[in-house]
Amino acid sequence: MSGLQVFLEYTLAGIATGGVYTLVGLGFVLVFKASGVFNFAMGDMMMAGAYTFYLCAVVFDLHWAVALLIAVVFSCALAWLIERTVLRRMMGQPVIAVVMATFGIGFVLRGIAAIAFGSEAYQLPALLPRAPFFIGDIMLPGKSVRGFVLTTGLCGAIILFLRYSRAGIALRATAADQITAYAMGINVRRVFALTWMAAAAIGTVAGVIAASVTSLTPDLGTIGLNVLGVVILGGLNSVGGVIVAGLFIGWLEAMTAAYLPGDIREITPYIAVLAMLMIRPYGLFGTRPVERI
Amino acid sequence: MSALEVCDLTLSFGGISALSGVSIVAADGQITAVIGPNGAGKTSFFNVVSGFYRPTAGRVLLDGRDITALPPHRRPALGIARTFQNIALFHGMTVLDNIKLGAHTQLQTGLFGAGLFLGHARREEAELTRRIQSDVAGFLELDTHADKEVQDLPYGLQRRVELARALAARPKLLLLDEPVAGMNREEKQAMSRLILDIRRQWGTTILLIEHDMGMVMDLSDHVAVLNFGRCIATGTPDEMGRNQEVISAYLGEPGAPLAGQAA
Amino acid sequence: MRATRHRRALAAVLALLALLLPLYAPTQWIYLCSLLAINVISTVGLNIVTGYTGLLSLGHGAFMGVGAYATGYFAIRLGLPFYLAIPLGGVVAAVLGLAFGLPSLRIRGLYLVIATLSAQFILNWVFNNWTEVTGGLNGLSLQPAAAFGVVFDSDARLYFLCAVPAIGLSLFAANLFRTRVGRAFIAIRERDRTAEVLGISLVRYKLAAFALGSFYAGIAGGLMAYFFRIVTPGQYQLDVSVFFLAAVVVGGMGSIAGSLLGAAFMTLLPEVLRLLLDVVGQFFALRAALILVPLRETVFGLLLILFLIYEPRGLIRLLRRVLDRRGAAPPPPLIASLSSKQTR
Repeated sequence: MSGLQVFLEYTLAGIATGGVYTLVGLGFVLVFKASGVFNFAMGDMMMAGAYTFYLCAVVFDLHWAVALLIAVVFSCALAWLIERTVLRRMMGQPVIAVVMATFGIGFVLRGIAAIAFGSEAYQLPALLPRAPFFIGDIMLPGKSVRGFVLTTGLCGAIILFLRYSRAGIALRATAADQITAYAMGINVRRVFALTWMAAAAIGTVAGVIAASVTSLTPDLGTIGLNVLGVVILGGLNSVGGVIVAGLFIGWLEAMTAAYLPGDIREITPYIAVLAMLMIRPYGLFGTRPVERI
Repeated sequence: MSALEVCDLTLSFGGISALSGVSIVAADGQITAVIGPNGAGKTSFFNVVSGFYRPTAGRVLLDGRDITALPPHRRPALGIARTFQNIALFHGMTVLDNIKLGAHTQLQTGLFGAGLFLGHARREEAELTRRIQSDVAGFLELDTHADKEVQDLPYGLQRRVELARALAARPKLLLLDEPVAGMNREEKQAMSRLILDIRRQWGTTILLIEHDMGMVMDLSDHVAVLNFGRCIATGTPDEMGRNQEVISAYLGEPGAPLAGQAA
Repeated sequence: MRATRHRRALAAVLALLALLLPLYAPTQWIYLCSLLAINVISTVGLNIVTGYTGLLSLGHGAFMGVGAYATGYFAIRLGLPFYLAIPLGGVVAAVLGLAFGLPSLRIRGLYLVIATLSAQFILNWVFNNWTEVTGGLNGLSLQPAAAFGVVFDSDARLYFLCAVPAIGLSLFAANLFRTRVGRAFIAIRERDRTAEVLGISLVRYKLAAFALGSFYAGIAGGLMAYFFRIVTPGQYQLDVSVFFLAAVVVGGMGSIAGSLLGAAFMTLLPEVLRLLLDVVGQFFALRAALILVPLRETVFGLLLILFLIYEPRGLIRLLRRVLDRRGAAPPPPLIASLSSKQTR
């Protein structure tokens, strides 16, 4: 196989995994935009959704669509519970306290999953056909490509939803100015709860895709921490930035896996983030906020 | 001789200009009031002087020295101190510690000296405590509150702690951003007396943002009027009271006597 | 004033009791107390960073690891005695902390969280892969600490090795907050822009706090290396960072005495959980060994959440409330407002 072919194959495969990052990143940005909360539990919420799917599809042997629906509903309920019992009680606390709390939530979810399912890796049913995909001579793993198509569709749907739907506009209004949004009759608390649920739903789909591309373990949520880098890279308040950054990190990971020895792939996103902090701390597409005193 | 000289100051945020071509001079040892309607750029002006905002154009001179590009944390050492429109005290600390923070730049203790807390660090701390108790706390009648947590104090006292913190630095130039906002008549009068005392006792140059026209008329030697980011007039309080442009900027219509504005 | 004198006397008595402990305590206790001493150092260090200065670090565990590996390297490869190897390990941890913290501490915002999280993962990868220095998965094995003919190999001697620096470093930290340095840290936590107007260089003090916290972590790691006499990558993963965050929050953010309480609570907790699992395991067929680790993670997470919601000032505040009834102080100034969006 020629060098160029290897490069192209890894590039496309990397971009395909980047799709999942983008999806999770969008879930993260959604919550941050609406409520200003850095949700460090995003990855673990996605893991919880994936386990629910596994439980329904494999253990209870339900049709995959039904299983996915149940998983989405369950994780929405979970997100609602988290928002209601933890985040709402922490309104007005310093940001670092809120971050610690979401971090704690992530640990609880991961711990419970490990207690219930153990640390062994599960295989999800062949939701996505394994048959490889060819572009000319370049062979691509079928799961990744189809996963990418799915994530792209979902991202598009989310962006359209934010831009044009009533709830999306309410969300953006809340993001811009909570007090004014409240005064305009937007139920700010409901917007918070809704964004958490939306993020959980997105996370579940992302989790199922990610787990069916590789496998399902309680550590699946680590992807969520990688994605934080994506979000920083793209700029915290930029949806477009997250899309580009997600694909970029996926690509970068594939490149390090292809050309660098060892498993340095694991820490590629973090190295990228540190480099980014040195060069453009507010992200490629984010803007430096004007501060008022 | 002027303590502070601001020349042709322009400040804009992405196309929106908060200040344009503002020149204000604060004469040494005098009280200069900066007045103007809400949103006129008064606090932005203070923020440029204390270094929060870098002006887009123009210069800030302190005792003839150009400090335009100096970062905010380097300015207190030159004798600039300020208070804030919304009280900005440090919760979770005592009144005394809050005041002591004002003298931060006058102390030398470093990380290791602090951790070991021997000799020099211990003496410096004791000396500072003594100095604040004798000079500032007594002067502002805060001595009985020194060990209280600052968030437990009533509003008026909190304002005084803020003033004490600014004074702990023994500043040459003191910026007061609406020092009597939200106070009743007695508290306002007490604060006015304090401001005059500060000037008399230490010869401090004072810049004052205030909405209470009665207070501005009583206290200030000099007045600068801002409107929509421009300095539309400067002069003595009496001159301002007769200036038609100033009156209309404030009231939106000509005719009403400015001094009658006192709330 | 008198209150502080009482507190100082109490601290002195406690320190004396702590040093005399091996004379009367059973071995198992001495073992736990040595571990506690190490955990106190690390908790105090993280409290300086997170509790006092308001900078959230998720890489504290990794910086302990740096201290442990550096100490091990100095002792094994360079043959340095422990009283040089451990402080040097602390210095290496502080320098690395600065290197990771510098880019994000220059700017305001939560970027340090991301930078320290990156540090945690990157350093862990280095522990695993830089085999020439770290020994890879096998790690490093140390000889017992020894100096001037004394070998620290018994439980009681190891205890002294850990307790003396724990007391010294706790006092050092407590002293900081009697001076301008500590006041500057707190001022940055509460209102960084105002602190700046008072002449406090944000970058300088944030870096100082972070380097000091990493130094404490490094010392704790170095002691741990001599305590377990082995350093492996598995000892310093993300869960360690969360363990110490929980210790800081549970004990009381912004309180040295709270760090002591928090460290004690968190040191005992795994033991209690183990006992609990043993008891429950007699009735149900539990694979206790497999459950212990995730159970600990779950409980750490839960503690973090519960304390943040119900008592953000930690056990120390509960204790003070019990000890002195007059001090029915109002709840912490955490105003519940709609606009919880802050930029710091």
